[in-house]
Amino acid sequence: MTQLALVIDLNVCVGCHACVTSCKQWNTSGSAGSMTDQRPYGKDPTGTFFNRVQSFEVGTFPSAEMVHFPKSCLHCEDPPCVPVCPTGASYKREEDGIVLVDYDKCIGCKYCSWACPYGAREFDEQEKVMKKCTLCVDRVYNMDLPQSERKPACVISCPTSARIFGDVHDPDSEASVAIRESGGYALMPEWGTQPANHYLPRRKIKTQIHEDELVRVDNPLKKEGEPDTDQDTPFLEDATTW
Amino acid sequence: MHPAFSVIFLTTLIGVGQGLFLALFFSQIAVAMNFIPPQGSQFYALGSLVSILFLGAGLVASVFHLGRPERAWRSAAMWRTSWLSREVIVLPLFMMAVVVYGALHFFGFDKNLFGENPAGTVTFIVGAVGAVLCFALFICTGMIYACLKFLQEWHTVLTPVNYTLLGMASGYMLVTLLANYSVPDNIDYYADAAIALTIIAFIFRLASLVRNSRIKHKSTLQSAIGIRHNKIQQKAQGAMGGSFNTREYFHGKKAAFVKSIKWLFLVLVFPVPVILVLIGLATNIPAIFFVAFIVQYVGLIAERWFFFAQANHPQNLYYQTI
Repeated sequence: MTQLALVIDLNVCVGCHACVTSCKQWNTSGSAGSMTDQRPYGKDPTGTFFNRVQSFEVGTFPSAEMVHFPKSCLHCEDPPCVPVCPTGASYKREEDGIVLVDYDKCIGCKYCSWACPYGAREFDEQEKVMKKCTLCVDRVYNMDLPQSERKPACVISCPTSARIFGDVHDPDSEASVAIRESGGYALMPEWGTQPANHYLPRRKIKTQIHEDELVRVDNPLKKEGEPDTDQDTPFLEDATTW
Repeated sequence: MHPAFSVIFLTTLIGVGQGLFLALFFSQIAVAMNFIPPQGSQFYALGSLVSILFLGAGLVASVFHLGRPERAWRSAAMWRTSWLSREVIVLPLFMMAVVVYGALHFFGFDKNLFGENPAGTVTFIVGAVGAVLCFALFICTGMIYACLKFLQEWHTVLTPVNYTLLGMASGYMLVTLLANYSVPDNIDYYADAAIALTIIAFIFRLASLVRNSRIKHKSTLQSAIGIRHNKIQQKAQGAMGGSFNTREYFHGKKAAFVKSIKWLFLVLVFPVPVILVLIGLATNIPAIFFVAFIVQYVGLIAERWFFFAQANHPQNLYYQTI
């Protein structure tokens, strides 16, 4: 069975919001569109997004670091938002595990958004239906796009390659390898939702240098002795100057 | 959670309608058992009419909760998994049972299908079906909230129990008012039941308040973003203006306001109506029963507001400063 998902590397993410804007750009004109905004240039702007980047300061200055945290639907393997939907508008695809909303069936009761512990769904105030990340299902299988672009818009746009897209049920996929080998974890594991999306933690690269490594064992100075630093004795150059 | 008045009115109004119907049906049993004197079929018809008005008003209120009410018919589809879908099916079935029950009484069609046993009358059978649907509706309404396991304030058997008890208490409060005009002989029976149900509801609502005050939330900011550090401070929420996430999941009021609503409903739903009913029984002034019902209903609106406001959704961990 296939479970498409994103693996987001918090060690690499710089919080530039390129994934947010490229997601909005693609999806507002894609099959999930439009993603409406209310008062975009007004005093109190708001709008529908599938993906947002938040920033957290971990620790206290000076030993603090900023962690940028992209947040979108996690496409849970056991999604709590799906069984509560009274109309069946919210569903999980058998073939690839993507959780989607059928906007033509949604009655806008918002019950699914209550049932998502991550707050991944957003109600579209203009279209009056619930919206969420589609994992760019209209890109992934889009035969009009070259193979290299059949990935979610956020993955393509990420300038630091912090987002890996792939099948997390295939143990040899890039995503699975990253989860396995770089400590990938799921959010709020306490609710048993089994999110398909994983996050890779901050990783510090540390090298231990021993004292003796600072000095070359085969240093020629050890064999030949320290150079003569007596400044009073004239050098050959001094003697031969005429 | 952000309390939506459409849902507050839906749950309180149908609660009154359901409680009123149960009061009628149980009084019919009490009559059959010679516990209270007969009340005349027009009382049942009047009560059913009032019940259906409340249920209908609740249904109208629920429409305002939907973004796309024209598609509401679709919501009966997923009854296998969704408590909301089950409620959507049970509510109209129950309303039909109330209509039939009231109509049978109004037209005096009360043929006994099974000989002399009073339980064999048509109205009794329809009433029993209605009572089962009524309890099913209470359970559906309560389970819509109780089934969400990470909303720990709601995820308890006390949620459907309280919906049932508070609905019955308010329904009996209303039937006391009606009985005061239609069947004054039985006023003590209804008033006593209203008082008893209000006291039982108080005990269970208090139990849920105590339970919720001791809740230890399972999710933390650490588990939400997966970073093990005691000091994490949010610097950006992902949007400069508000978003759906900052509006839908938080009541947006100060803690003192929420606390005052708690005390308001604890006073208005329980002691005040009980005292008013006792005064009404002693003085025999009908208006007092009316005031008792209204006070309790206003209190129930506050109770439901508090019920929603108290629930702390784990997604709020991602929005530390709303």
